[in-house]
Amino acid sequence: MMKYTQRKIKNNFMKFLLFFLTLFAVIPLAIIFFHVIRSGFGALNYSFLTSLPAPIGQPGGGIANALIGSFTMIALASLISIPVGIFGGTFLSEYPQGKLSSSFSFVVDLMTSIPSIVIGLYIYAMIVVPMKGFSAYAGALALALLMFPIVVKSTEEILKLLPQNIREAGLALGIPRWRVILSIVLKGSIPSLTTGVLLSIARISGETAPLLLTAFGNQYWADGLNQPTASLTVQIYNYAISPYQEWHQQAWAGAFILLMTVFIFNLIARGILVKSQKDS
Amino acid sequence: MNTNKILTIDQLSAGFGQAEIVKKISMAISTHEIAALIGPSGCGKSTFLRCLNRLHEENSEAWVNGEVNLEGKNIYQEGIDPVHVRSQIGMVFQKPNPFPSMSIFENVAAGLTIRGIKKRAYVSQVVEKSLRQAALWDEVKDKLKSPGTSLSGGQQQRLCIARALAINPPVILMDEPTSALDPISTSKIEELLLQLKKEVTIVIVTHNMQQAARISDQTSFFLMGELIETNNTKQFFTNPDDIRSENYISGRFG
Ligand SMILES: Nc1ncnc2c1ncn2[C@@H]1O[C@H](COP(=O)(O)OP(=O)(O)OP(=O)(O)O)[C@@H](O)[C@H]1O
Ligand SMILES: [Mg+2]
Repeated sequence: MMKYTQRKIKNNFMKFLLFFLTLFAVIPLAIIFFHVIRSGFGALNYSFLTSLPAPIGQPGGGIANALIGSFTMIALASLISIPVGIFGGTFLSEYPQGKLSSSFSFVVDLMTSIPSIVIGLYIYAMIVVPMKGFSAYAGALALALLMFPIVVKSTEEILKLLPQNIREAGLALGIPRWRVILSIVLKGSIPSLTTGVLLSIARISGETAPLLLTAFGNQYWADGLNQPTASLTVQIYNYAISPYQEWHQQAWAGAFILLMTVFIFNLIARGILVKSQKDS
Repeated sequence: MNTNKILTIDQLSAGFGQAEIVKKISMAISTHEIAALIGPSGCGKSTFLRCLNRLHEENSEAWVNGEVNLEGKNIYQEGIDPVHVRSQIGMVFQKPNPFPSMSIFENVAAGLTIRGIKKRAYVSQVVEKSLRQAALWDEVKDKLKSPGTSLSGGQQQRLCIARALAINPPVILMDEPTSALDPISTSKIEELLLQLKKEVTIVIVTHNMQQAARISDQTSFFLMGELIETNNTKQFFTNPDDIRSENYISGRFG
């Protein structure tokens, strides 16, 4: 009886500790969240979303070109990194033996740990300098390089969670291995792969430094993908470092938009995951 | 060659790397019979079974020697495509493993549709027939679109049997198909196997000696990679030829 009471006390103590630690992690998040909402939401209005940045020192102005620029570059980056990344992750998960696989895995791990500013610098040297100018292409390429290893790793981990005997069941039906991978392994993992992809998009949409070095930014609409291009993050940065109170407001409003976008992506990603787990 | 022997195995050895797990096994399995493989854990039953549909070689360390003749043709002959062999010899695994994110219908149809047979009417007809054969039709006919994984364990296993039946193989291999199931689901599957053997030949690995005695026509006893005895099941359990078989069934080891 004594033992039972003791165990209960210990149990409750651990519960309390875990609750406390969780709170410790959640509080800063909540503070940031509410601060951004409070400072950003007020400055938000229709013309902020639809107009170009105002000339220096003038009030008003918006982030229309930055929104479109960010969207374009993230979409371009996704177009490259999602298919290639899923392909690479599938290769790592389904053909883990062999030199090629282990060296590829090593390269991907290295890429994950390269600071984003270094990637920006690299694209600056390899693309921006020879092309004699900042561009959306260069920005998208920098984002793609950041996104690629994330997609590879998440794909690899997701596919490895699938029990081996699912693959064997496919092979045992007289289905060739590549078809098993395509029609059973990948198809069966679509919900979790979607989650992984959405999270990787959310992850790169906050990047600023590499865009500063590659797409640079633009006060006006870009005349094409080979022109310097505004992005939400760089625009937030420009607004924030300005000496004008009014522009600081704009920075908060931009931050609010960015935070909400990332938040919604995360929510959708999580929703898909929960739904797919419920179904199975 | 005896024509009612659908499978004849000749001097089959197999293993991983240096290890020889299956040692020079020869035996024959009759058409429309249930052949049980029994023996202590680790004696190589699964490895042997997986040699019969060339699934063993999917492991990068694996090797195989000897012959397995299906209807008189050696499936290990040069030039024979293992993918083709597997379409003729079905397999059911220990843990029910329906394909994820696929409906009940899609699971049963997978062997056809993924290999390019897509004619709607034909596929539906095969799915219904296979589910009926697997004694699952009545339980699922109103929810063919629900996920295969939403079924109970025993139903999932019958779904896997239906999936294997759908490509109409003359032989089905089963590796402890009921060891993860409750007694009621187990007896349902045993009944089902007795029905199925009118149409397919079944090779079943089991740890349950009562099960082997109840449903099989022929029992083979493995010990450390060797085949100790293959015998008519009744004979095997009442009056085995080998003293080691007798020791095993009377529970003296294993
Ligand atoms: N992938 C592998 N690599 C190396 N050795 C293996 C591998 N798989 C199985 N073995 C070895 O082969 C031997 C036989 O295994 P097998 O699975 O065929 O036995 P089993 O008779 O089916 O046992 P159980 O009744 O427990 O299922 C075991 O000693 C095992 O360690
Ligand atoms: Mg086994």
